[in-house]
Amino acid sequence: MSGRSTRRRIQSAVMTGIVGLLCIAAVAPLLFIFGNLVAKGASSIDWNFFVQNPVPAGQTGGGVAHAIVGTGIIVGLAGLIGLPVGVGAGIYLAEYGGGKLGWIVRFLADVLNGTPSIVIGIFAWTWLVKPVGHFSALAGGAALAVLMVPMLARTTEEMVRLVPNSLREAALALGYPRWRTSLRVMVRTALGGIVTGALVAIARAAGETAPLLFTALGNLNFSTNILQPMQSLSLQIYVYATGPFEEWHRLAWASALVLMGLVLILSVSARWATRQRHGTR
Amino acid sequence: MTSVPTEQKPIAAAPVSRPAPQVILRRRSRNVGDHVHRWVVTGLACVVPVLLVVIAGDLLVSAWPALRKFGPGFLWTSTWDPVAEVYGAAPMIFGTIVSSLLALVIAVPLSLGVAIYLTEFSPRWLRQPVSFLVELLAAVPSVVYGLWGIFVLIPFLRTFVVPGLRAVLGWTPLFSGVFYGNSMLAGGIILAIMIVPYIAAVSREVLSAVPSSQREAALGLGATRWEAVWTAVLPYGRAGVIGAVMLGLGRALGETMAVTMVIGNRHDIAASLLQPGFTMAAALANEFSEATTSMYLSALFAVGLVLFVLTIVINALARLLVWRVARGASAGSRAL
Amino acid sequence: MAPDNALVRLETKRLTALFGRSPAVHEVSVFFPTNTVTAIIGPSGCGKSTFLRCLNRMHELSQGGWVTGSVMLDGDDIYDAGVNPVVIRRQIGMVFQRPTPFPTMSIYENVAAGLRVNGRLPRRDVDAAVEQALRQAALWDEVKDRLEGSAVALSGGQQQRLCIARAVAPKPEVLLLDEPTASLDPAGTQRIEELCHELKQRYTIVIVTHNMQQAARVSDYTAFFYMGKLVEVNRTTAIFTRPKQPQTEAYITGRFG
Repeated sequence: MSGRSTRRRIQSAVMTGIVGLLCIAAVAPLLFIFGNLVAKGASSIDWNFFVQNPVPAGQTGGGVAHAIVGTGIIVGLAGLIGLPVGVGAGIYLAEYGGGKLGWIVRFLADVLNGTPSIVIGIFAWTWLVKPVGHFSALAGGAALAVLMVPMLARTTEEMVRLVPNSLREAALALGYPRWRTSLRVMVRTALGGIVTGALVAIARAAGETAPLLFTALGNLNFSTNILQPMQSLSLQIYVYATGPFEEWHRLAWASALVLMGLVLILSVSARWATRQRHGTR
Repeated sequence: MTSVPTEQKPIAAAPVSRPAPQVILRRRSRNVGDHVHRWVVTGLACVVPVLLVVIAGDLLVSAWPALRKFGPGFLWTSTWDPVAEVYGAAPMIFGTIVSSLLALVIAVPLSLGVAIYLTEFSPRWLRQPVSFLVELLAAVPSVVYGLWGIFVLIPFLRTFVVPGLRAVLGWTPLFSGVFYGNSMLAGGIILAIMIVPYIAAVSREVLSAVPSSQREAALGLGATRWEAVWTAVLPYGRAGVIGAVMLGLGRALGETMAVTMVIGNRHDIAASLLQPGFTMAAALANEFSEATTSMYLSALFAVGLVLFVLTIVINALARLLVWRVARGASAGSRAL
Repeated sequence: MAPDNALVRLETKRLTALFGRSPAVHEVSVFFPTNTVTAIIGPSGCGKSTFLRCLNRMHELSQGGWVTGSVMLDGDDIYDAGVNPVVIRRQIGMVFQRPTPFPTMSIYENVAAGLRVNGRLPRRDVDAAVEQALRQAALWDEVKDRLEGSAVALSGGQQQRLCIARAVAPKPEVLLLDEPTASLDPAGTQRIEELCHELKQRYTIVIVTHNMQQAARVSDYTAFFYMGKLVEVNRTTAIFTRPKQPQTEAYITGRFG
């Protein structure tokens, strides 16, 4: 009897160890990636990197100012288009989404969420590039907005639903009309969570490349014209990493470090804000 | 039916003059604000179904010429020749499936390890940091994974892993041939790393939703901790974990940038994982801007359509499985 | 405000409240005299809260809720076609079981919340109304130095008094209290009961309570509900010393609860 139970205990310990090892193995690549990003990219980052534009191919030096600004503009456009639609859809789902239309919207939002971003990219090309005849940052922003909308709708709905129904009743009992209850009480109370969701969606959009390949296209020069092609950090990394020059590879690592830093700041501050709020509740 | 007892009734006979009510009850205000609010948010919400219909329609319409010309054979013809205008998507479909399956083979044990460790074995103080790190895996942009894949993973494979694999398993068709670096193996590994956070997060929610009574019942019967997990918790959450795996599969199918940077981008069906290959998403990324003829473009749209339908089916199945188990918790949709 | 000549502020006539097809309240006809406190007592599930929610047209907001019969406020039926329920709720205020201050608003903004729906008032008027409401709720002295502070930082009893201040700030005619002390400690409960005595000088109060002693302490009239029907209503002293109906007597002597 004791022999069997010893064996079982050993087996349990071994399996626990294996599970722990698997966990470490799952997380290890992340540590390697961060390590490599810093090791290979940090040395290239200086003031010039941020403010200069690229130099002609093959030469050394230059920076990615055009890509940083470009990312800002394209993601800004995406937010301008995607935030109202996504948050509005989320409010609909939380307030009126109990019926059939709500179910359909929720289901299709999930479908849209799972759609490969490259498919969104070629769709955006058909509607926003082909008819106009040229690529543009606006088309890129719109493509990214399509990506953001389902994420925003789901997180907004979740956050508004978390607000206790007693608050809604209290507002209605005061004589608030339904629209005012929805906006000034329910959404306002959930606003922190909604902003968090928006930050996370923006972080994801900032890192995307595929939807921009055929919409914003990329640009070797500095441009702020939203009706013309524009470069983004993600596109820049792609071009430089797959290019033939050592110099480009070096710049790719540095750009990746900057992009990762941007995404990290957005994601971490979003999650930190949520934790703060839950702590005081 | 109750009549009011006379003690309660106030002085009845004297006529009462009422003060003017502060607000006339009968004012017909139409609650315009309510209608506007409802219509605006409903309209914004309807953008989603409209968008999806337009995307699907666009893919169908653009793909139609190629579909009509090549018929269902498009799916299993392996010639992709833009010059001769013959298009068969078989290598891409093959590559998509193989790379995704390989990714699952690697990612599922890792993700389950994370999920089980975090829900069952890890000390409380470790939970937050570890799950944060796993979430970070999902935040890394695809193109950064690709960059790392080209310059770190592939040399690593070439130097340390592949010789070992060839030595042990080189006799199998899976690991035969010359390894140039860009390969199905690299693609599968990169995909695995990328989908681990998705499978792990959903599995973790599924396993957390298993009532602790299951676990405690097993422990009460004398099971070891591992046995409790294996016999009580995992079977209970089995459907949800399968759903989580399918969600990961859905993501792997659509991954583009990292894959195209390491997989070799060659229209080829090879048995060996050491050979270059192609996926539907990678092909779209590579060739879309070079499509010179309208048939070429249409063929690419057809590839997009196949990819679109495939991911919808897999994701729908996954959601169904996950909903059934982790009902209430919006599993997997949170910020990932 | 004009002197209160009306002796009956609120009255129901054969009020029936249903959820879908099942009635929760059966044909209740009762008066609520002006400037009095009427307590509604009865065992759990007897329809007290449902009945109360009919008085300010909150019942129809529940899933499948609807009403037959009428509720007369100063002689006008609030359920008449063409009457805007939103307007009614500004005339008839309600305080709930659990304190529900709006978490993103300050104490000042919470109290002023009901005032703002009628349109923009000059700041001075709002200040005056907020102070008056907080004084009526016996909260002014405790918060007058931190009106801009967060409402959720107050204690449970203070939050509930804040909700009372919020409900009386728009100067309603009737105040409905749905088990307002259920989640409070004895000290907080006592303060609110004292408040009822003061508030009834200005408002007509209907209070639902599961606590008979509270009903005896606080109210002028008491109505006993059982299984959705009004069994007996009378002056409080009469109900508790000389109940007419056997069910009433059984309930107040604790034979069932």
